Amino acid sequence: MMLEAKNVRKFFHGEEILKGIDLQVEQGDVVAILGPSGSGKTTFLRCLNFLERADEGELTFDGEAYPMATATHQQIARLRRKTAFVFQNYNLFLNKTVLQNVTLGLIVAGKMKKADAKRVAVDALTRVGMADRLDSYPSQLSGGQQQRVAIARGLVSNPEIIFFDEPTSALDPELIGEVLAVMRQLARDGMTMLVVTHEMDFARNVSNRVMFMDGGRVIETGPSQAFFQAPREQRSRDFLRSIQDARQ
Amino acid sequence: MNERLWNIIVESFPKLLEYGLKVTVPLTILSFILALVIAVIVAMIQYANVKPLLPVCRFYIWLIRGTPLLVQLYVVFYVLPEIGIMLDAYPVAVIVFGFNEGAYMAETIRGALESVSVGQMEAGYCVGFNYLQTMWHIVLPQAFRTAFPALSNSLISMIKGTSLASTITVREMLTEAKVINGRVMETGGLYVEVAVIYLAFCTLLTWLQHALERRLARHGGTVK
Repeated sequence: MMLEAKNVRKFFHGEEILKGIDLQVEQGDVVAILGPSGSGKTTFLRCLNFLERADEGELTFDGEAYPMATATHQQIARLRRKTAFVFQNYNLFLNKTVLQNVTLGLIVAGKMKKADAKRVAVDALTRVGMADRLDSYPSQLSGGQQQRVAIARGLVSNPEIIFFDEPTSALDPELIGEVLAVMRQLARDGMTMLVVTHEMDFARNVSNRVMFMDGGRVIETGPSQAFFQAPREQRSRDFLRSIQDARQ
Repeated sequence: MNERLWNIIVESFPKLLEYGLKVTVPLTILSFILALVIAVIVAMIQYANVKPLLPVCRFYIWLIRGTPLLVQLYVVFYVLPEIGIMLDAYPVAVIVFGFNEGAYMAETIRGALESVSVGQMEAGYCVGFNYLQTMWHIVLPQAFRTAFPALSNSLISMIKGTSLASTITVREMLTEAKVINGRVMETGGLYVEVAVIYLAFCTLLTWLQHALERRLARHGGTVK
């Protein structure tokens, strides 16, 4: 097991947002986390990278245990070095060029030499098709391009898993495809990914497993094909039907 | 304008300009650097919510903004010696101007820091930065860009404010104009001359500000 979260609970202003979430991720898994908005899926993902502090829960990652409510700064830093996080609104460093966005973590946090960092960065930017925009600033790029740079920024640290928080939700429809294509290629290359998404085609065809959440609980977990063809729970069926209706 | 006054103005110009360049400009630069250091520290304490130091920052800003600059100069220059602290006029001026403008600039920078989206900080953490690295490489530069026009205002306001140093015996441009004025028994003409020199300095600074703003805009475009 590469990553295992047990009984993750989180309160916001006295309200329970996460009511004991369990998740297991194997190496090479692409897990889609689905659910209506407000179901807690983004909060759960952020807790895994300690962007939010869970009030309860045990995280085991890469053979190391992290008490989610009490993990120390050092533990959190160690976990973040082995993971990457892709945000809904990209969060590229606005005062840095594309190349600097990708190399800065390597140089400052990873103590890598500038020339080495550049080589690694150009490789990663080539993978996402952005190697021709090294000197552009984020404000000069489209949303899809920014998100691909953000993925490259995550890739260069050689993460064991990449967390995606609704990576295409802020994009214009015509730009979604280019980001999904990059993610599909990553999945093919064997990258372990945990993806909060509303893209049902991605969940169905690229992810191998689905976790469906509603109201701060896991309603159903299972192989993607099974979830879409024969959902076990009534709420899963309702959710899939509502999405189908919205499409027509 | 009579010929005598014109001659006085022409003759005194090199002397006044010299004091402007030798005293007013360095006094402004030193005071501004001090103000900037104070402002960044005070703003960061508030931004990072360093609890034990918050009351100190609030007291400082309250005290400085609530009292006139001229009174602050007098208090430091005339009252401190009474309790045994003797300082020359010039360092007193630097300290007072620095601490005074620092209070205003602290608020400018705090506002600019708070305008940087929290996602920038989170992205910094996710690429492995610690708090200070994220502040230094990501948040502060973006805040600085936002604060830049207001900080330019502070600098321009400060260069004119340094004329108040004449009241505590610092020999600067206005002091020199007063001296010449006394010698030649003229009334207002020399002060117009001083005003023109200040105006030239400020025009130069405004021009510099716009040039730098264009440069900053090229390096990263608009900050949302």
